[in-house]
Amino acid sequence: MTDIMPVGERQPIAPPVDETGPLGWARKNLFSSWGNGITTIVLIGAVGWILAWFLDWALFTANFTASTGAECRGSGACWALIREKYRYIFFGSFPYEQHWRPLFAVIAMLAMLVMSADRRMWNWRLLVIWGVGSFVTFLLMFGQIHIPLSLILFVAVVGGAIGLTLRSALAAANERAAYYALIGIGIVGLALRIAGVLPKWSIAIAPLSYVETSLWGGLPVTLILATYGLAFAFPYGILLALGRRSNLPLIKGLCVGFIELIRGVPLISLLIMASVMLPLFLPSGTTIDKFLRAQVAVILFAGAYIAEVIRGGLQSLPKGQFEAADAMGLNYLQKTLLIILPQALRVVIPPLINTFIGFFKDTSLVLIIGIFDFLNTANQALVDPNWAGFPGEVYLFAAFVYFIFCFSMSRYSKYLEVELNKGTRR
Amino acid sequence: MAATARDLSKVESVIQLKDVNKWFGQFHVLTDINLDVKEGEKIVICGPSGSGKSTLIRCINRLEEHQRGDIIVHGVTLSNDVKNIEAIRREVGMVFQSFNLFPHLTILDNLTLAPIWVKKTPKKEAEEIAMSLLNRVRIPEQALKYPGQLSGGQQQRVAIARALCMRPKIMLFDEPTSALDPEMVKEVLDVMIELAREGMTMICVTHEMGFARAVADRVIFMDRGEIVEQNEPEEFFANPRNERTKLFLGQILHNH
Repeated sequence: MTDIMPVGERQPIAPPVDETGPLGWARKNLFSSWGNGITTIVLIGAVGWILAWFLDWALFTANFTASTGAECRGSGACWALIREKYRYIFFGSFPYEQHWRPLFAVIAMLAMLVMSADRRMWNWRLLVIWGVGSFVTFLLMFGQIHIPLSLILFVAVVGGAIGLTLRSALAAANERAAYYALIGIGIVGLALRIAGVLPKWSIAIAPLSYVETSLWGGLPVTLILATYGLAFAFPYGILLALGRRSNLPLIKGLCVGFIELIRGVPLISLLIMASVMLPLFLPSGTTIDKFLRAQVAVILFAGAYIAEVIRGGLQSLPKGQFEAADAMGLNYLQKTLLIILPQALRVVIPPLINTFIGFFKDTSLVLIIGIFDFLNTANQALVDPNWAGFPGEVYLFAAFVYFIFCFSMSRYSKYLEVELNKGTRR
Repeated sequence: MAATARDLSKVESVIQLKDVNKWFGQFHVLTDINLDVKEGEKIVICGPSGSGKSTLIRCINRLEEHQRGDIIVHGVTLSNDVKNIEAIRREVGMVFQSFNLFPHLTILDNLTLAPIWVKKTPKKEAEEIAMSLLNRVRIPEQALKYPGQLSGGQQQRVAIARALCMRPKIMLFDEPTSALDPEMVKEVLDVMIELAREGMTMICVTHEMGFARAVADRVIFMDRGEIVEQNEPEEFFANPRNERTKLFLGQILHNH
């Protein structure tokens, strides 16, 4: 035997030190050669010069108090314009003295989004949060909500069906009976309603004056379009992605066809179709709110993109995961919900949030069909002849607001990646 | 030895394959396979790679679909009927070469998932069963970790415990030690030997001839989609009759 030092008796040797403090770091990374040093100095100089110029324009020589555009001339940024117009930019043509309503609607939506960002809420609480949040938002925006009987019955059927499918494995007998009862009551009620036995009746909740969607504008419009657009497009995209991988040729064909068709046209053309062409096909007398049509167009469009992102995640899973789930006797729904989607969605968080951010900004295209989203109201604020000539300030302000939302989403994506991969990293 | 302990001819068959044929495209991967597995019987299937041995056991729980012939598991004939397939999968546990644990679930959740969702076992009871099985495969302390934090041998033992959680009547092993580092093979084989001694019906695709000698009632040699030869292990290793068997045994035993 040769002599081998027993494990554990060897003195640990520290790794070699090549970075000694910030100075060492700078020497290594910024000034490692003459060329690097000169580049660093030139770049720092350029950034400093631009920053100085910008601060001078945006702060030191800026005008915050002018009462007309003319007073602003000759000085730096005309923030007085924003001060004058911010309520229009944020809330559009919503009746001026009622602006507290869209303000609280925005707060309600943000609260809803922040709460549902927390992973601990991802259970039945999410339904409550979205139910309450949406109700408050739309009650504030509309002022009055009429819930028709047929909608209540429809929700009963859907709710019962969802409960039955998702809880089939765990529900006790009387819980299952309750789901059947819900479905039964819903279907019988709907049939009676269609037959005309039940009257056209609705629950009216009307604490405020009614404000129609054509008067909505600004930030709440952008937030509603993006939030509900993505909230519906996400599950819809999941279904499309699963359908595209289905073994049933008809379902697969439909999903592929839909995805390719929607992806192949610009969102603008889809919006124009929804706003101009769709009414032509509807029977005369029926109208669908323009805002709703735009919302549906956004959902369909986003759904196709999200589907392709999620399909990437589904394809990245090893075949063994599907086989293991099959071999245990899980059915398709269990396999998909418990094994496949949790893993596939984790993989696609970065591209998914990327798509979300893209769509948040793409909602501004609704200005094409005359809906006043945040960018459009900002744009309209420039029309005032008293304040002509300061587009830079307004667009910079709009860009800043968009940036806050998009950057938050980006940070959230980072948090989610870390949070969901806790412990599972190799 | 288990094989000599009782007369298998009097025991009921739990798996029957009759003239099973399967093609992958034009490639005839299984040719006229006939196999009868008795309750409690331990079968080891070996053969060169591409001989169809994995495909054969994957047909038994319908991970692969055979095109001709009959496969009867526990009296149920396999067909496209989803209910039949799910019923059979509840009775048949499977262990894969690449473990296939679910990386997003803890070890304990990996084990309790199928009992809770497929068998509707109450969560608490499922967890008790899972812990007792983790004890049996000697890694109860890993219950709250994730699969990625375990060694290959530990993962494969978890995979065995996960299959056992469903209280299967039959266990299928598809090269369970082939993906393991050499020093981990034994810990997995020990668990499998223990399981065999307890009377589980097992079909195991493996090249571990020591395992075959220790527990198998029958060793089956497959080549080019056919069952070439089958015999009791002693006889199989001592006097292989077919030339292809001799060649194959010469190649693998050379390495042991």
